[in-house]
Amino acid sequence: MDWATLAVVWFLLEGALLMGYAILDGFDLGVGILHPFVPRTDQERRIAINAIGPVWDGNEVWLVTFGGALFAAFPEAYATVFSGFYTAFMLLLAALIARAVSMEFRSKVEGRGWRRFWDWLFFGGSAVATLLFGVAVGNAMIGIPLDVAGNFTGTLFDQLKPYPVLVGLMTVALFAMHGGLYLYLKTEGDFQERLRDWLWRSWGIFLVFYMLTTMYTLALVPRATSNFERWPWAALFVVAGVLAVANIPRCLHWGQPFQAFASSGTVIATLVMLFGLALYPNLVTASNDPANSVTIFSAASSPKTLTIMLIIALIGMPFVLAYTSIIYWVFRGKVQLDEHSY
Amino acid sequence: MDLVFVSRLQFALTIAFHYIFPPLTIGISVVMVYLEVQHLRTGDMLFKTAAKFWTRIFALNFALGVATGIVMEFQFGTNWAGYSRFVGDVFGSALAAEGIFAFFLESGFLALLVFGWDRVSARMHVFATSMVCLGSIFSSIWIVVANSWQQTPAGHHIVQMVRDGQPLSIDGEPVLRAEIVDFWALVFNPSAVHRLIHVWIGAFLCGSFFVMSISAWYLLKRQHEQFAKKSFSGALIFATLASLAAVVSGHFQANNVYQYQPAKLAAFEGHYETGPGDMSLFGIPDNDAGRIRFNIAIPGGLSFLVHESFDEPVAGLDRFRREDRPPVVITFASYHIMIGLGMAFVGLTLLASFLHWRGNLYQQRWLMWLFVFAVFGPLVANQVGWVSAEVGRQPWIVHPPVEWTDNGDLVVGPEGVVVYDENLGLRTSNAVSPSVSASQVLASLIGFSAIYLFLLVAWLFVLDRKIRHGPEPLDRAPEVEVIDKGLLRAVTGRVDHDITSSYPPAEE
Repeated sequence: MDWATLAVVWFLLEGALLMGYAILDGFDLGVGILHPFVPRTDQERRIAINAIGPVWDGNEVWLVTFGGALFAAFPEAYATVFSGFYTAFMLLLAALIARAVSMEFRSKVEGRGWRRFWDWLFFGGSAVATLLFGVAVGNAMIGIPLDVAGNFTGTLFDQLKPYPVLVGLMTVALFAMHGGLYLYLKTEGDFQERLRDWLWRSWGIFLVFYMLTTMYTLALVPRATSNFERWPWAALFVVAGVLAVANIPRCLHWGQPFQAFASSGTVIATLVMLFGLALYPNLVTASNDPANSVTIFSAASSPKTLTIMLIIALIGMPFVLAYTSIIYWVFRGKVQLDEHSY
Repeated sequence: MDLVFVSRLQFALTIAFHYIFPPLTIGISVVMVYLEVQHLRTGDMLFKTAAKFWTRIFALNFALGVATGIVMEFQFGTNWAGYSRFVGDVFGSALAAEGIFAFFLESGFLALLVFGWDRVSARMHVFATSMVCLGSIFSSIWIVVANSWQQTPAGHHIVQMVRDGQPLSIDGEPVLRAEIVDFWALVFNPSAVHRLIHVWIGAFLCGSFFVMSISAWYLLKRQHEQFAKKSFSGALIFATLASLAAVVSGHFQANNVYQYQPAKLAAFEGHYETGPGDMSLFGIPDNDAGRIRFNIAIPGGLSFLVHESFDEPVAGLDRFRREDRPPVVITFASYHIMIGLGMAFVGLTLLASFLHWRGNLYQQRWLMWLFVFAVFGPLVANQVGWVSAEVGRQPWIVHPPVEWTDNGDLVVGPEGVVVYDENLGLRTSNAVSPSVSASQVLASLIGFSAIYLFLLVAWLFVLDRKIRHGPEPLDRAPEVEVIDKGLLRAVTGRVDHDITSSYPPAEE
């Protein structure tokens, strides 16, 4: 394959990793966001945490691999994004650390204060991480100021404009809904009943943010739709997304929670695809001067590295899908607490 | 405040804290595989109880390793953008391979290992444990390969970046980066295998001393004695072999360092003047005087280490310009602490093995007390080993090559010092992120310090509770293998696994 094709393939693969991460860790983060609101007793909190207990770590690996692959395939973009969003990334790291250790530490001591403390950290970590992911996507959509070497030249406040913050809030609502639907599949009885109300609530909140974000994007972010002229069929993603959003209340009403969960996964998938479509061929858009944008062609590694990585991915990914399926199969069904649970 | 300095300090802090956990998890995972295989082979429930106990400890350490590990991956980009742009083509592929081959394997099977005791068969469980062990070893391979490439680069070439079909220059300066030429030459770069073996030995020492520490404490407290003796004796064999192997592996590494990074070896040994070298056992390097104060040394020891002859000359720090020398005091001190600890492990494990053979090891209370605290030895040795390797690489983040003449002398320039080709390496001072300010890094450094201090306290607190709690007593463990959970429950009426009996009632 020639260099340009390889770069496009890696752009698509990065998109697939991001999509995998958003769908899978999205529900883990969502369970965290709902943590102070839905479960009422210690046992219910344990059920919520153990619903994601065996899988969250593997889901986070999608992010780690996304980062590693970005470093390898598009080092210029990796360097620009990670150093440009320095403070945001440091907060994100703190949030991901809090999320990871709170589940582990919480279960080890039975004191009420101890558990409360880690519960709040679990919520805080999940909510802040989600918000930051959304803000990052928003910033990528509108672009950030870059110099000719691709280094960020703005301040932190350039990254907190209304649009990124709006996308951040929408992401929090989306993941909360997604996590709620996942939890609904893993719980039963009274807990599940209460969860129902929260599903409707989170869907409503998400809908408001979804519509606001869509309007804002269409009105004020021209890049977002510029590629539609080239590929008109891309509008199908929009249609699929809207249909999936609409399908969720229908499924909730008719008692098809799995289909509802699949629909929220589809919503996430379409949003990631539209995001990729809005970016292409840029990875980081320079808001000051389009010539300074980091594109997939200017940021790509050598064809040799891209080919080696492709071979690594082709060998590795079937294994990854195999373990992932095994784990989800072994831990299928409703959460059952035993002596090994969190 | 200096951006390079605070960035280095932050990297040092975060990697040092992270590196408490990977060696422990690698070491303990090997012990768990051993225990579970023994359980399958002999059917002795004691092995299973022991495996379950170490699994709990493992899971805690693993969680901290994961939480602090993601920081490392992100930090290359956040704090070392210059470095990332230069090495991404080479270094990134190793990191991505680590994610795809190692982390998915580990994290996937970890779920079965920790939560799967009652959900999968014993055989499947052993398989899962082995896969976690394999995954943790895989991840060490890729990251050590990447690090070794920075020390002894190979399989690459340095070229000008191409943008939109044109060679890229900024402000008239060509923008260079390293690109892969030969993937396997990169993977098997000159120091990779030596370093990897040394890292594994370090991890095995950590894991086995950790197991011995906890076991010794139980023996002193006369608790879980049967369990403790089984764990201790297994770990002791492992630790003795690893201690001896560390000496051999260290020797090979020293040779390799001399060949590719002679300034580093000179700093290790405080060898200022080119000529026959002594091996200093203790001393304080004095850079201004160019010698070691309070030196106690084996005459000709360094020459012997490098050339296997007591009077052959060894290149000293005087072959390098001052700005090309690594900081001698830190490199010298950390290297010597590592060597001293390594020798102490050999002595301690041989003594314990001898007493074990004589049959009165467990009566030596003083020795058991020593083993309780000896776990800090390998933990510290792993840390200072890396400090000497990384500080000794300075001022380079990617070390340029040195050349040797046919009769074993360094090729030097007209001034009698090595003239590095700046284009074939990267200085640490050019590797930081230009868009990040020193005060931003200082703020995040303070943040990480606070978070990690807190995590350290919480970790020790929970670890202490787990150790006090100890393994489940044998009589509580099921006496027959669980073939069918439902059937077993129906027959014995056991409610052990039911939340209502194992956990306090709901709080509200």
